[in-house]
Amino acid sequence: MKRAEFDWQDPLHLDSQLTEDERMIRDSARQYCQDKLMPRVLEAARHEHFDRDIMREMGEMGLLGPTIDGYGCAGVNYVSYGLIAREVERVDSGYRSACSVQSSLVMYPIYAFGTDAVKDKFLPGLGTGELVGCFGLTEPDAGSDPASMKTRAKKVDGGYRLSGTKMWITNSPIADVFVVWAKDTSEDNAIRGFVLEKGMDGLSAPKIEGKMSLRASITGEIVMDDVFVPEENAFPDMRGLKGPFMCLNNARYGIAWGAMGAAEFCWHAARNYAMERIIFGRPLAATQLIQKKLADMQTEITLGLQGALQLGRMKDNGTAAPEAISLMKRNNCGKALDIARVSRDIHGGNGIADEYHVIRHAMNLEAVNTYEGTHDIHALILGRAQTGIPAFG
Amino acid sequence: MKILVAVKRVLDYNVKARVKSDQSGVDLSNVKMSMNPFCEIAVEEAVRMKEKGLAEEIITVSIGPSQAQETLRTSLAMGADRSILIEIDENVEPLAVAKLLKGVVEKESPNLVIMGKQSIDGDNNQTGQMLAALLGWGQGTFASKVEKDGDQLKVTREVDGGLETVGLKLPAVVTTDLRLNEPRYASLPNIMKAKKKPLDTMAPSDFGVDVSPRVVTLKVTEPPKREAGIKVESVEQLVDKLQNEAKVI
Repeated sequence: MKRAEFDWQDPLHLDSQLTEDERMIRDSARQYCQDKLMPRVLEAARHEHFDRDIMREMGEMGLLGPTIDGYGCAGVNYVSYGLIAREVERVDSGYRSACSVQSSLVMYPIYAFGTDAVKDKFLPGLGTGELVGCFGLTEPDAGSDPASMKTRAKKVDGGYRLSGTKMWITNSPIADVFVVWAKDTSEDNAIRGFVLEKGMDGLSAPKIEGKMSLRASITGEIVMDDVFVPEENAFPDMRGLKGPFMCLNNARYGIAWGAMGAAEFCWHAARNYAMERIIFGRPLAATQLIQKKLADMQTEITLGLQGALQLGRMKDNGTAAPEAISLMKRNNCGKALDIARVSRDIHGGNGIADEYHVIRHAMNLEAVNTYEGTHDIHALILGRAQTGIPAFG
Repeated sequence: MKILVAVKRVLDYNVKARVKSDQSGVDLSNVKMSMNPFCEIAVEEAVRMKEKGLAEEIITVSIGPSQAQETLRTSLAMGADRSILIEIDENVEPLAVAKLLKGVVEKESPNLVIMGKQSIDGDNNQTGQMLAALLGWGQGTFASKVEKDGDQLKVTREVDGGLETVGLKLPAVVTTDLRLNEPRYASLPNIMKAKKKPLDTMAPSDFGVDVSPRVVTLKVTEPPKREAGIKVESVEQLVDKLQNEAKVI
């Protein structure tokens, strides 16, 4: 029998495990990201600038809310959604954040929990990128423990009045639509979701300056001072943390793919650099230390992508438990961060210059490893799932 | 107007071609394939003509293995209405391609055929011209601009000395150059819609065309590696080398 060929970039032939549509969607997303996003990211990250037009371009491509069927969205499966996240994050985790917040944390809850009036009003505009959305769960004093949130919704005539502050909110300073979670005092402080609109009295969203991570995406607070929200803008039936967790499950699944995209960029960059950089009269790649690092990167990425794909297939057939998503989010973010740091190291002094991109990925992945459930919190979810003993407190 | 666009599945332009160890051709196992870039431009031009109301239907046709269906799906996602695959695993030479396309033209009666000026694998730049000759139609090759002018087509061609504009009576064959347009990205909703568009599969025998090759490939080799240059010390040395070694001045 003929010796099978080894494809060093795709050792386990992920490509052959995808359907024709999935490959087409991936290729189209990759082409857009490489042609249109890659040339912008250096300046965007250097000057902490988010180009609002990117949302319209992504809308035109159908990359926003792609799993939703109807409202002008494409209705693709979750494997395709993951492949898109991987291509966007191959360029920048900040761009992927903007995209996944819009899709998983804004469009998804409006689609799954919202009233028809709210769906008809917001989903078409969010899908085309004419509207930008954000998601408010985390607070200055409630991160990993969202149940301790202080934001309150008070029942009043025709709706609710919301007060409180949300922190670390992707897209908030430019958002038109705010999905905010608050405790409803009229229902024994049950957590509920509300859709707020830019321009409502008492609503503001100041930008957080000086981030050293995700600099190409904009992050801010959501400050609510007795903001009136009409009844139809409240999610009528969803109660408790289940609502936000369902959103986060989708977003975390996308991050498991996205982080591998960033890792792949860093791996290929390290390999190319090591092949070209001559040191002590031979390429850096001719040394055992470097080859071992490249082999580790290749292995972790290959396994991480296989895990992400299997998780996607499970999401598509309804068997992906939240704990399985925790496992892949945690593994792929942690591994991607390691890979980015090692790639930065292989690049030597050049590695700290933004023109080589790997330091940007490394800094971005610090946030990606932390947000949507930190590496350690996901370990506690997995610990509880196998021992039955919660160790959060 | 009905437009027929021919598209070819080729080695992706980003992939570095590797020669098979027995020198019989380029190794295509496990490498990314995609639509020939000139063919993408041809599809884009047809879709723009349809968007301007100049065309009612766009049919794309490809001659190649069953995987060329993916290339046709891409054309459908870009905006073509239906596709025909003439399925064959062997390499088909330009004359046979032109004869098969002539068969498709006779079956579908388009008013215009748009195709790439060449494919980036064979680099033959023959098929469009051969097809026009076989059909007895006018041809506008290397098009950088295509305009409808009454019942004629005004085609601006990129020729060595500059730009040449020709008027073509329809039906006609147009082949595309790089600067004709910038092809669109297939959007996700259009990729999903493309799944439902018709794609028929036929065989070369349906057209009674003999596709056996007329040309024998003796061997395929990699281009020679570029040698490193040298640095000269002075202008005098440079002039001397140009005169005596390179013999160019």
